[in-house]
Amino acid sequence: MPSAERVDEILAGIYGEVSSPTPTLPQLLVDACTQTLRVTGAGLILLSDSGMAVIATSDGVAQGIEDLQFTMGEGPAFDSSSTGRPVLQPDLKRTGPERWPELTSGAAALGVQGFFAFPLQFGAIRLGVLDLHRDAPGSLDRGELAEALAFAEAAANMLVDMQVELPAGALHAGLAQPLENRHPLHQATGVIAVQASVTLAQALVLLRAKSFALEQPVLEVARHVLDHTCRFDD
Amino acid sequence: MSRERRLTEVFVEITNSLVDDFDVVELLQTVVDAAVELLDIDAAALLLSDQRGDLRGIAASDEPARLLDLIELEADDGPCIDSFRNGEQVTNVSPEDADRRWPRYMPAARSFGYVQAHALPLRLRGNIIGAMNLLSAQGRDLAPDDVIVGQALCDSATICILQDRAAHAQEVIAEQLQGALNSRILVEQAKGMLAERSSIDTEAAFRAMRQHARGTNQPLRAVAQGVIDGAILDLGRVRD
Repeated sequence: MPSAERVDEILAGIYGEVSSPTPTLPQLLVDACTQTLRVTGAGLILLSDSGMAVIATSDGVAQGIEDLQFTMGEGPAFDSSSTGRPVLQPDLKRTGPERWPELTSGAAALGVQGFFAFPLQFGAIRLGVLDLHRDAPGSLDRGELAEALAFAEAAANMLVDMQVELPAGALHAGLAQPLENRHPLHQATGVIAVQASVTLAQALVLLRAKSFALEQPVLEVARHVLDHTCRFDD
Repeated sequence: MSRERRLTEVFVEITNSLVDDFDVVELLQTVVDAAVELLDIDAAALLLSDQRGDLRGIAASDEPARLLDLIELEADDGPCIDSFRNGEQVTNVSPEDADRRWPRYMPAARSFGYVQAHALPLRLRGNIIGAMNLLSAQGRDLAPDDVIVGQALCDSATICILQDRAAHAQEVIAEQLQGALNSRILVEQAKGMLAERSSIDTEAAFRAMRQHARGTNQPLRAVAQGVIDGAILDLGRVRD
C-alpha cells in the first residue's frame, strides 16, 4: 500500500497549482506522472460497464493508446479494471500478443513498449485506470512501483474530491466535458442496437469491428452512423 | 506473560482489524477487554458517538458495566459524559467530588459495586468520538502508567474508527460518481435508440425523453432505462 504521506504530497503538489478543483486537475496529474516517474506518457481514464472515457492524457501517444484499447475492446486497462489489480507489462512486444493480439501491433506502431495499468478504486467501486507507458522495454523497480501506486491512489482521491461538493447525480465539469466528447459514440451504439436488433453490448462490438475494418477511429464511424451514411441493418 | 508483551499483542490485534473486515463492535470489545486485563480496574465500558453526535453504549467487559453505561446515558451525568463533552481525561476524582459532579451516576455505580469511576476520551485532535469508562470496586487511584496505557488503547481505536469512516465516506462518493457517469452514458445510448426507432434526430429524442420524464414524474435515467429495456418504444413526435 502506498504511504498516506506520499499520496498527500502528490495531491498537495497538484492542488497547489490551482486554488480549487478545476477542469485542469486530471491534466496536472498525468503531467506530474510523466515528470516524476520514469515513463514516457500517462493517461487517466474512467471505465465502467457502459463505457470508457478518457479524462486526460499527457500527449498524443497516450491518447492514441487509449483510443486503441477502446477500439479493440481489450488491453491492460480493461484487465486491470476488471481484476482490481495492476497489470504490469514491461515488454509488450514479448508478452502482449498472447493476451491482447489486436492491441499489441497497434501499440508497437505508436512506439509503446512498456505498459503499466493501475486501477482506481474505493473498496468495491472501480472508477477507472491510470495508464503509464514507456517507449523502451523495462520493469518498474520497487521504488517506481510504490510511486506509481501512490499516483494511482492520488488520482482516485482526486476524482472523489472533484465530486464531493456536488449533489448526487451531478458531474464535475472536468469529468463531464471529456464524457461529452464521447456522446456520439454512445448514441451511435443505441442506433446500431436498433438497426441490427442486438443488445447495446453487441452493438458496441459491431461498432468496434467496423472501425477496425475501415481503419477509422471509433468516434469517426460513430458520426457516420449518426448521419446515416453508415448503416447496420442488412 | 509480561504486560509489555501482552500489550504488544493487543495493539497488533487492533491494527489488524483495519486490514481484515472492519467491525467496530469487535474492535471496541477488544479494547475494553484489554483494558480490564492490563489495567488495575475491574470493569470497562465504552460509549461511542454516531455520525449525528449521539452517544451509544457499544461495548462492555461485563453486564453490570454495560448497564451502568446505559444508566449514565439516561442520567446524562457521569465521567464518560464529561470526558466526551470536553475531550479530557477524567481520572482519580475524590469520592466527595464524584458525588458532587455526578449525583445520579455515582449512586448507580455503587449499587453495582463500583466505588470509583474514571473515563478516557476517544479523541484525535479536534475529533472526539466517544469515551471509555474504567470502573474500580477497590477505590484505588489509577497509576500514571495505567492512564498512559489506557489512553493508548483509546487512541488506537480512535484512529481505526476514523480511518474506516473516512474510507467509507469516500466509497460512497465514488459510488455516486460511478452512478452519475453511468447515467450519462445510459441517457446517450437511449437517445440513439429512440432516435432510430422513431425516425427522429437525437435532439428530438432527448426532448421527448425529458418531456416523458416530467409527465410521468420519473428521473431521466429511469426513462432512459425504459427505452433501453424496450418498455418505452416510441415517445412519438415532440410537441414544440
